[in-house]
Amino acid sequence: MAIALWRALLIGGVLWLAAMMLPPLMSGGWDGLVAAASQQRLVRTIFWISVVLLIATIVSWVFRELLRRTMPEVIAKPMRHAPLTASFGLMIILLYVIVSVGAPWIAPYGEAEIFTKINVLPGGDPELGGDPSHFLGTDQIGRDILSRLIYGARNTVGIAFLTTMLSFLIGVTLGFLAATLGGWIDQGLSRGIDVLMAIPQLIFALLLMTIASEWSYRSGISLTWFMIVIIAVLDSTRVFRLARAVGLNIVVMDYIEAARVRGETLLHIVFKEILPNAFSPLLAEFGLRFCFVFLTIASLSFLGIGIQPPLADWGTMVRDLSQFINFAAYDPLTAALPLMAAGAIALLTVAVNFVVDWMLQNSSGLKE
Amino acid sequence: MSSELLLRIRDLHIEGRADEQWLPIINGVDLDLQRGRVLGLIGESGAGKSTLGLAAMGFTRDGCRISGGSIEFDGTDLLALSKLQRRALLGKRIAYVAQSAAASFNPAHKILNQHTEAPVYHGVMSKTESQGDGMELYRKLRLPDPDNIGFRYPHQVSGGQLQRAMTAMAMSCRPDLIIFDEPTTALDVTTQIEVLAAIRDIVEQFGTAAIYITHDLAVVAQMADDIKVLLRGDEVEQADTRSMLANPREEYTKSLWAVCSFQRPLKADVAQDSVPVVSVAGVTAAYNKSADVLHDVSFDVHRGRTVAVVGESGSGKSTVARCIMGLLPPKQGAVLYNGEALPASYKKRTKEQLRCVQMIYQMADTALNPRVRIKDIIGRPVEFYRGLKGKQRDDRVAELLEQIELDPSQYMQRRPTELSGGQKQRIGIARALAAEPEFIICDEVTSALDQLVAEGILRLLARLQDELNIAYMFITHDLATVRAIADEVVVMKEGRVVEAGPKEEMFTPPHHPYTDLLLSSVPEMDPDWLTKLLAERGVDNIGDAAVARMN
Repeated sequence: MAIALWRALLIGGVLWLAAMMLPPLMSGGWDGLVAAASQQRLVRTIFWISVVLLIATIVSWVFRELLRRTMPEVIAKPMRHAPLTASFGLMIILLYVIVSVGAPWIAPYGEAEIFTKINVLPGGDPELGGDPSHFLGTDQIGRDILSRLIYGARNTVGIAFLTTMLSFLIGVTLGFLAATLGGWIDQGLSRGIDVLMAIPQLIFALLLMTIASEWSYRSGISLTWFMIVIIAVLDSTRVFRLARAVGLNIVVMDYIEAARVRGETLLHIVFKEILPNAFSPLLAEFGLRFCFVFLTIASLSFLGIGIQPPLADWGTMVRDLSQFINFAAYDPLTAALPLMAAGAIALLTVAVNFVVDWMLQNSSGLKE
Repeated sequence: MSSELLLRIRDLHIEGRADEQWLPIINGVDLDLQRGRVLGLIGESGAGKSTLGLAAMGFTRDGCRISGGSIEFDGTDLLALSKLQRRALLGKRIAYVAQSAAASFNPAHKILNQHTEAPVYHGVMSKTESQGDGMELYRKLRLPDPDNIGFRYPHQVSGGQLQRAMTAMAMSCRPDLIIFDEPTTALDVTTQIEVLAAIRDIVEQFGTAAIYITHDLAVVAQMADDIKVLLRGDEVEQADTRSMLANPREEYTKSLWAVCSFQRPLKADVAQDSVPVVSVAGVTAAYNKSADVLHDVSFDVHRGRTVAVVGESGSGKSTVARCIMGLLPPKQGAVLYNGEALPASYKKRTKEQLRCVQMIYQMADTALNPRVRIKDIIGRPVEFYRGLKGKQRDDRVAELLEQIELDPSQYMQRRPTELSGGQKQRIGIARALAAEPEFIICDEVTSALDQLVAEGILRLLARLQDELNIAYMFITHDLATVRAIADEVVVMKEGRVVEAGPKEEMFTPPHHPYTDLLLSSVPEMDPDWLTKLLAERGVDNIGDAAVARMN
């Protein structure tokens, strides 16, 4: 039902756009269309949004076809039933992975490299205060913004991935233990987790990070490591809840009882019997948790206690460049600089959620 | 009885969607039903019985479609009707009684409120009229306290009573046709007979036509005027009940009829001085701090013999199994293995003690880990108890698969979801065998299976016992199974052993009254059995009422 409605809206919109576009396109070609579209702000916005959506659709369709035809059967088979959103999400995630792994080769300069010219404006046009060698300009102390954006992917995504892994390791292990052993171990763990969850997460993280910065100063271990552990522990509370709930449903199965009376160890029961059956809900949760961890790290960095300079990271970049938003009325490109880092975060979040939605749909067996 | 045609199905084709393609479920079945007649649909699972029953209402399950043929109900083509027009018919003129009443009633509403829903919706009766009518129906169906039972919630009445309330609900609009989809399959024999008597009574009184779907031949013999046999979506044959039972024409029907004939030769008596493999000695047990569910239960199981433990649900059969397995440590008494006491909890038993006592579960679906391949399900105990690895382990698994009559090359790599119910149960047997035990507990291993498949499992178990000299404790509520496989029988009621002894003694009078009730409640293939029994015992002396009288 909902899908039919969306289709109707989409088709209606496309027809309306076509009706709007046809006369200028007939008289003046593409330039005429752009000129006509630029005259009105609303029409201009809708026009560019449609162009972006159309390109995204085409690119993800091509990407899906590519996967279907060239990849081995393991990848090609699920792609045959994958919606375009999933293929879009996969493509973006793949892109981020490539950028973060290949950052040293893709980025024109190092992330901490400082140039003499500071506050070079983006655009690369010398007449407007730009510099062709720094396409997106430089920041307040003269670092290349494009390079930092690329390195930011590596730091922010990498650290978020590590943190999520750690939080799942803690949460899933404890959650399954609570489900399998039950009794006072379950009570103890669950109530402890409740206490942790009762404190607002960001405030708690801020508090712990403040304490950790003192430890970091004394021990010489980078604050980033402390941050990974702190966020992982705080986030594992949610994972624990899920793992325990899923585990409880599996523990009552006869095959678990059969394994118990066979004399299997706890380790075998948790990892060989329970884990494979809990895999799909946990995987879906992993995607969601990854986004939240990612946002927490960016928030902490924005507040100045997350990833520390000179490491490039998107949260810090948003904070450092935020004043440029004031120029929006005069120079849209410059004003967009802080939004680029924010947009990179948003795009990845959306992409991961598309993929997670698809996986959830697969595992739940829902059709529409 | 008028012979007017009520339901006319011609060349019906139904398809189901699986793996991106439409597979046939029903291939061109014809069906005629006159007013006031009862048609029995029988066949193994997957034969399309339920699909055909639902199609008689012009309805298909999700993922199925009617791809050809016609369904005419009282002259109107059901397939040509719109959803709204069909809804006006369903519930009012055609009603449906599902297999599990407990799952079909809405637990949040009182029974009578659900009863009045359809008559009020269809404008047949006002709410007060329908309530009075409901109480009248409850009285006719011999429900206890008919004036007040409707004001209870579904969980407050027993399974058999709920199934009768469901029949009353189907009757609420006085439909022309009721479809009964295995209404007694989930019930105990003593309860089943109450429901059967009630359904038959009410169908006769109101002259309602009915389609009665079941896989139990003895039940269908009591209920139906005609029988239609289905096999994989095709009609095998149809005839009136008596001639069908007396001389079935087709091979398949004959094989169905022959199922009940499997019987093992009697074994020699146990030597006086032999030590039983497993001996349950005066076990009293309770879950947590609640009241005792077992009271001083004792019986012996000897090497190479089968002890059947029978009783209704709630009689403590499975609890005894849990005590033997060590999952529920008894409060008093002990379980002896070859004369020596086993530690009460499985956690304290040695690997060797665990190995010798194995269990096969009722529901193979939940007993096999769906994410593990067959190779590893069977291979794990081989590796765990005998320490075999790699090639040796795989060879042993292949050997076990051959023992349970499955082709190793085909099944080693599969997962449980890719197997049929009977095959899954065989894997469960192989897993128990892999430990090379001396004693296996079979907990209702055949009750979730079709008769033909169940017979295959019973034959397999009997053969394995002869070859490997294993002792079985066979928990069941089905006395036909007991006749087929047991050497000794233990009858349990409310946590006590009421009677125990060799099989031939158990099946010849005099019995304990409870054993008598159990035995006489098992439907027989004779179509007059129910009528005779009711005449003999009286309608008020069956099922719960009889059990209550005994106390």
